[in-house]
Amino acid sequence: MSDQTRKVGIISCSGEAIPGGTLSRVACRKVLDELRPDKSVTLCFPLFVAGGEEERMFADLFPTITVDGCEKRCAAIGTERLSGKPTKSLIVTEILKKRGIALPTKLRNLGDEEKAAAQAVAEEIAAVIDEILATG
Amino acid sequence: MSEQSKKVAVFACSGIGKPLGSVAREIGYELTERVRPDNTVLTCLALLVINDPEALKLITENPVIAIDGCSLSCALKCIEAHNAQVVRAYQSIDFFKKHNGLRPEGIIELNDAGKKLAALAADELAGVVDELLAEEAKNV
Repeated sequence: MSDQTRKVGIISCSGEAIPGGTLSRVACRKVLDELRPDKSVTLCFPLFVAGGEEERMFADLFPTITVDGCEKRCAAIGTERLSGKPTKSLIVTEILKKRGIALPTKLRNLGDEEKAAAQAVAEEIAAVIDEILATG
Repeated sequence: MSEQSKKVAVFACSGIGKPLGSVAREIGYELTERVRPDNTVLTCLALLVINDPEALKLITENPVIAIDGCSLSCALKCIEAHNAQVVRAYQSIDFFKKHNGLRPEGIIELNDAGKKLAALAADELAGVVDELLAEEAKNV
């Protein structure tokens, strides 16, 4: 695997209208900035539509994790349709359920409860990055 | 949705790479939660990427405001690709140029200047919402 492909792509749905979308966005950013800054890379999801050939190569260039806020799975479906099949598709609501954390209700101005939920989602994403890189 | 109950659909780019994407998202919240809560509806932009039937119905039956963070105009391009009815497009960079003392910083958490910038932008967009709905009423 080359240096370039030793990174994992993360695509967040960033859904504005649902708390899970906010958590997805915050968690992905935490992974990029704090948890796995040297092992992760991202692309704004709507850029698949607005961008060109280079953006649409994203899922071919990087093993890609999609992170959706709800069961509609926009990031997973859109990434597969416009770029390539994600290596792993995560859903915020499922991650929180698995960890026994209630889905927050806020869309912005996150408090301690929402930040803790975002941290849990970020840790799950980071663990999946490690798994993907470990399996080469 | 009847003509009387039409709302302005608001979409924000929510770019994950730049503070201006966060400003666009915050403008969407300010506009739909504080400034014109009864006349606007914020919808996930990602729904358009997967051709969600409800989101498509919303943009073909109601006027739309697109708020982008940068000149790539991802939100606008997504909306235009789906035959939206009426679209007014804005970029948070333009609001920053107008209020250049308010430099937004932070992506996960916008700084106070970024939040103030978003609030001012939403106040300015209130007139656009009113205008769009007045035009809709004329066409009934």
